[in-house]
Amino acid sequence: MSVRILYFASLRERLGKREEILDLPEGLGTVEELIVWLASEGREALREVPSLRFAVNQEMARASDPVLDGDEVAFFPPVTGG
Amino acid sequence: MPVRVQLEDFDLSAEVAALRAADPRIGAVAAFIGLVREVNAGSQVSGMFLEHYPGMTEKALMAIIAEARARWALFDALVIHRVGPLRPTDPIVLVAVTSAHRGEAFAACEFIMDALKTRAPFWKREETPAGHRWVDARAGDAEAAARWSGESDPGPKA
Repeated sequence: MSVRILYFASLRERLGKREEILDLPEGLGTVEELIVWLASEGREALREVPSLRFAVNQEMARASDPVLDGDEVAFFPPVTGG
Repeated sequence: MPVRVQLEDFDLSAEVAALRAADPRIGAVAAFIGLVREVNAGSQVSGMFLEHYPGMTEKALMAIIAEARARWALFDALVIHRVGPLRPTDPIVLVAVTSAHRGEAFAACEFIMDALKTRAPFWKREETPAGHRWVDARAGDAEAAARWSGESDPGPKA
């Protein structure tokens, strides 16, 4: 399956990219599993952001939430607006 | 559209006038403006850059306004948040709400701001003498937002 991955703020800078579309291996079903796989594929910075936050299809998500074909998954540090 | 994310500055008077629209039911307007400070976390800040997540940011702000409207008797609510390069003294954010009485207006305005600080996807990068740094989330912001969960008192009535 294919998902669109977005990175923001310090994570975007550390990875040197703001988005990528990736074909995920079989059996990858949750945000947590996606993070483990991405970290093993050269995106270790995901593991180094304190209190990493994520959103699936533009809604805040939990690590156990599912990732499905065509989803937009975003990773970012805690928000600091206002 | 009660939510705007924009590069440009905003005009408080014009925004409040549009929000009121001469509606005679309105007895209270509460507005908050957040500004860029010249000192943060012990460092001189010469400028900052605000990044957001187009699409999700607007949705998150709309959801926060919907929660405020479900909780307090508001006539209207507005959030304008700037992005891009900003300098000390620049306005960053405007929250304005209208209601019949001040209690609802004050409470809803503060709630929207507290929720925005912890739930709306914006990130600040500051320019300091030591180079640029991404601002860390403050524990106090999470505590301020948590105050509103489980609390049902809408505040004093005008």
